[in-house]
Amino acid sequence: MSTPGFDVRRVRADFPILHQEVRGRPLVYLDSAATGQKPQAVIDALTRFYTHDNANVHRGVHILSERATQAYEDARESVRRFINARDAKEIVFMRGTTEAINLVASTYGRKHVGPGDEVLISAMEHHSNIVPWQMVCDAVGAKLRVIPVDDRGELRMDAVDALLTERTRILAVTHVSNALGTVNPVRELVRRAHAKNIPVLLDGAQAVTHLPVDVQDLGCDFYAFSGHKLFGPTGIGVLYGRLDVLEAMPPYQGGGDMILSVTMEKTVYNRVPHRFEAGTPDMAGAVGLAAAIHYLESVGMAAIAAHDQALLTYATQALSAVPGLSLVGTASEKTGVLSFTLADVHPHDVGTILDREGVCIRTGHHCAQPLMKRFGVAATARASLAFYNTPEDVDALVRGLHKVREVFQ
Amino acid sequence: MSSDLQDLYQEVVLEHSKRPRNFRAVPDANRQAEGYNPLCGDQLSVTVHMEGDVIRDIGFQGQGCAISRASASLMTGAVKDRTLAEAVALFEQVHALVTEGPSAVDVESLGKLAVLSGVSEFPARVKCASLAWHTLRAALEGRSTSVSTE
Repeated sequence: MSTPGFDVRRVRADFPILHQEVRGRPLVYLDSAATGQKPQAVIDALTRFYTHDNANVHRGVHILSERATQAYEDARESVRRFINARDAKEIVFMRGTTEAINLVASTYGRKHVGPGDEVLISAMEHHSNIVPWQMVCDAVGAKLRVIPVDDRGELRMDAVDALLTERTRILAVTHVSNALGTVNPVRELVRRAHAKNIPVLLDGAQAVTHLPVDVQDLGCDFYAFSGHKLFGPTGIGVLYGRLDVLEAMPPYQGGGDMILSVTMEKTVYNRVPHRFEAGTPDMAGAVGLAAAIHYLESVGMAAIAAHDQALLTYATQALSAVPGLSLVGTASEKTGVLSFTLADVHPHDVGTILDREGVCIRTGHHCAQPLMKRFGVAATARASLAFYNTPEDVDALVRGLHKVREVFQ
Repeated sequence: MSSDLQDLYQEVVLEHSKRPRNFRAVPDANRQAEGYNPLCGDQLSVTVHMEGDVIRDIGFQGQGCAISRASASLMTGAVKDRTLAEAVALFEQVHALVTEGPSAVDVESLGKLAVLSGVSEFPARVKCASLAWHTLRAALEGRSTSVSTE
């Protein structure tokens, strides 16, 4: 297989971690849905920032603070461009997707969700898009409602309209499922929710790594994602919020940077996005994230998406030919995530044997226990693809699975 | 297969995981506990019938990987007709075996349980091997809350 305008060998050369042997074999990394590997450009950007530009942002009059502030705000602009937000003020830097969703739940949620109200999520959410909403609902006496998932791992769109009621205060749903790879029809969901004046939060943690994302086109009110899955550093993430929505929200954490003035009697909060960024932010993380985004833009998200689809097709065929293997999640629109069970072998045993073959996959419930329950399994094995993966990586996985079958025959 | 994999998935381990012994709830149990590994979602229950100080009957149920099933199955065989103190001592020995390896214990005295020695080469799997034992200990100590490996 080959994708026009995309050279996977050149891409791989940019990721130093991929060029090593583990357990006496070449490393095969198929766990990018857990975290992405980092191109040299990201590693260099972190080193450069700490070597030349490090100082606190928005505070000093000196040259280094100026440079650090510039780099941090430039990173915000890079994120804006990457997801095509209208205004850089709509980009709030967070620790990750989890913190971004918690921010919305505890500010927007606490303000707008009251007793008897409803929050609508889906059955394929990551725990990070379930638990913050449960906490809000428990605190105020609201009800968490759930869009069901069908046997292929697609949202039951026929159930959505009845679940969007006059008590629904927000719809929070994942763009792409971390456990199944399903790409949800989020534009349509936004359209239906907005028709009833219900705001929408999209969990984009697994989408931004595979697809071009345009928040204006999607029309969502909030979009959350993590830097580390997007081949950037850990500890940095993004909450996009439409400007008018963000401006009407109370602050999240209190502290420095989020204020305009403080007296012992009264504090005047800063403008967005700084109102939501209390304390010294992860400046180096933002710079590293911007470097990851620049790198992805140089490769091209369209080419990345095309490679992902071609490799997914290849991997789906290759895995389907392994006796006893059944894929969990066979939606018509998917990204490169292959969740599966292998006969009655427990996923942990699959993972351990693959690891000895140099193949890294994830096993377990993928922080989506309600979804596992829906499919009647306690756990699955999950191979997840990134744009640096090759058909040879998939072949190594298949060889490893045959080893598993040998051990457990 | 690499030799450490062979050590982990020994014949006895595979056989016990496929056909676990005492895979049932003890009908007249007077001790029981639930064990849970939140990392992987594995859960099992251990039921025990004690006569005075002695474990007269023991069973386990639940789901888990080959290592956790084999360990639970071997455990039920090893502690039956033992006193509470003997079972706790065995718990300590097995714990040392799977965390530190065979050199840390008197392997001879462990009988069939010695097949769990391969686990020490797989730090990520120690919790699988020890889940049943932690659960047994909770049952014997009369702790009613479920135990967790985390």
